[in-house]
Amino acid sequence: MAEVAKNNINFKSDLQVTSVNVSENEKQKALDVLQNTTLPTTRVEAWKYTRVAKLGKIDFVNEKATISDISNYVIDDTKCSFVFINGHFSKGNSSQEIPAGVTITLLSEINAPLSKSSLTIEDEVFNAMNTAHLTGGLKIDITSNALVEIPIQIIHILKGDSTISNFKTIVNAGKSSQADLIQGFFSESGESNFCNSTSEINVAENAVLRIDKIQYESEKSFHISTEQVKQDKNSNFRINTFTLNGGLVRNNLNIDVNGQNCETHLNGAYLLKNKQHVDNHSVVDHKVANCESHELYKGVIDDRSTAVFNGKVFVRPNAQKINAFQSNGNLLLSDSATINSKPELEIYADDVKCSHGSTTGQLDEEAIFYLRARGLSERSARHLMVSAFIGDVLDKITNANIKTYTRRLLNDRFGWEF
Amino acid sequence: MITINDLHAKIEDKEILKGLSLEVKAGEVHAIMGPNGAGKSTLASVLAGREDYEVTAGSVSFVGEDLLELSTEERAWAGLFLAFQYPVEIPGVSNINFLRTAINETREKKDLDPISAKDFMAMVREKSALVELDAKLASRSVNEGFSGGEKKRNEIFQMAMLAPKLSILDETDSGLDIDALRIVASGVNKLKNENNATIIITHYQRLLDYIVPDFVHVLFDGKIVKTGGKELAIELEEKGYDWIKEEIAQ
Ligand SMILES: Nc1ncnc2c1ncn2[C@@H]1O[C@H](COP(=O)(O)OP(=O)(O)O)[C@@H](O)[C@H]1O
Ligand SMILES: [Mg+2]
Repeated sequence: MAEVAKNNINFKSDLQVTSVNVSENEKQKALDVLQNTTLPTTRVEAWKYTRVAKLGKIDFVNEKATISDISNYVIDDTKCSFVFINGHFSKGNSSQEIPAGVTITLLSEINAPLSKSSLTIEDEVFNAMNTAHLTGGLKIDITSNALVEIPIQIIHILKGDSTISNFKTIVNAGKSSQADLIQGFFSESGESNFCNSTSEINVAENAVLRIDKIQYESEKSFHISTEQVKQDKNSNFRINTFTLNGGLVRNNLNIDVNGQNCETHLNGAYLLKNKQHVDNHSVVDHKVANCESHELYKGVIDDRSTAVFNGKVFVRPNAQKINAFQSNGNLLLSDSATINSKPELEIYADDVKCSHGSTTGQLDEEAIFYLRARGLSERSARHLMVSAFIGDVLDKITNANIKTYTRRLLNDRFGWEF
Repeated sequence: MITINDLHAKIEDKEILKGLSLEVKAGEVHAIMGPNGAGKSTLASVLAGREDYEVTAGSVSFVGEDLLELSTEERAWAGLFLAFQYPVEIPGVSNINFLRTAINETREKKDLDPISAKDFMAMVREKSALVELDAKLASRSVNEGFSGGEKKRNEIFQMAMLAPKLSILDETDSGLDIDALRIVASGVNKLKNENNATIIITHYQRLLDYIVPDFVHVLFDGKIVKTGGKELAIELEEKGYDWIKEEIAQ
């Protein structure tokens, strides 16, 4: 390894060699992309509002690290919990009671080369980097008809300055299976650390897969996630993404709805302060008829922070009877806070029901006065109003443990008591 | 209870209150009447601490404290309550949850323990019955989708829950049908005792048939220009405000 890619991400020469067996062919392709592609600038439409140039100025390293107490990062007390530190599996912090019907394999322990990736590599620097320099991750296979009783939890923690982790999660949800996945991304310490995470998710016919994802790295961290999801017919996929901390966060959610009668639910909440930047990009591609998708994202943006929402829904020709709803609401708590919201519909079929909307507002001062006049302190009144605004997205969390945990994080970071 | 002395207040450089004085003692009911735009709601807003208004002169003493030095919530904690002329709809904020927080923050200031869930719910049942407010409405989002009458009853319900020392009702009767008016008035009467006081701002003498005031004041052009008993309200209802204008002009 130890190569330095020009105009790209720099690695210190002592970057640890990946132990994951990525096929030579794919790796070479990815390395070629890295050699020939610069980091995206804001002239590239998909990165118009998100500057990643800073990433090119850091000499990244990757080292194994240990953390003795991870209790702060445990979202759910499930017995099936896989902890990774800087992308490396942390056996001591994990509990590996694998529920029936599930096989979980560490990518570092797969001898044969990984099967072909569903990620787009061309022109996608971060996917290419994730493939070429993959640090670690895991593969979850759920057998047909398995009703997985406990959630599968994946916790990723960054530790140390200028640490980079190229992390991958592969999920194959078998036919008629049902499972819940929890993903948590944290930072224990360190400046300018970077988690570049990808997920390749296949939801087979009639399967139900639900993911709750919590991002709580630090204001000094970078995080880029790409989830590539494929849905087969009659399947039901839901992902809730809660971004509660992080310096620069970019989430790419790409859903290919390949079979009929599918349901897709994308929910997200992002709460930002100081100089945070959070960018949620989603694409729901309705390739066939008779499906529905629902997208609800809400943001609370304070201080000088910036949020970006870009949600695209494609309805391909002949994908009739599609119901696609998309909504993005934003609450600006300061005059210096910024939101760039762009919900987009591209519809090539005629018999569809689609809607999209975006709202941006400030706290209703009249309502705050009303609450204060009844004896709520100003602080409580504002918190209550924010929590009312974001409440319907938080209510999308069905697992009570995750709900409690999320509220704890909100209290830690924003002083919420609701 | 409250002593307002030579109060001047402006909004956006426009002087609205121009030397208003008023004293209300415990156990009393005062009615304030006056034409549209006289400054009645402004007075209520200034007393409740709305920040859009600037007090340029005068003083207000409330239960021994300098009211104008207190924040809006501190005024509430001290026992001031304003029933809004236009109650605000607050989607997503549960009426009873916010009231519980309000009650507990008030109790905390008095070094009292938070009210228990059981006591609180018993109180909700009792007080919502007082104004015949459906318990389901009481627990919905604040005023969201409420009819005009339900909003006003919700104001009195909240007043009952908070048990203030001084209640200012700003046109709580406007737009109410006679049944709703009776319910609201009987609620206010039941809450009345020798330790609290009520200021009723109204356009209509009709309400004063149900809540009998000890004093009736006429607020005109930012000042109290005339004070009398219940019969003054009847006179105003019959003759309007023009004769008052003439009286002042002289
Ligand atoms: N936000 C404001 N900006 C400027 N003038 C205002 C504002 N609010 C009220 N006013 C003016 O203050 C005067 C008194 O209004 P208000 O107190 O509401 O009267 P009342 O309640 O007696 O009908 C009116 O002339 C009104 O136009
Ligand atoms: Mg008024």
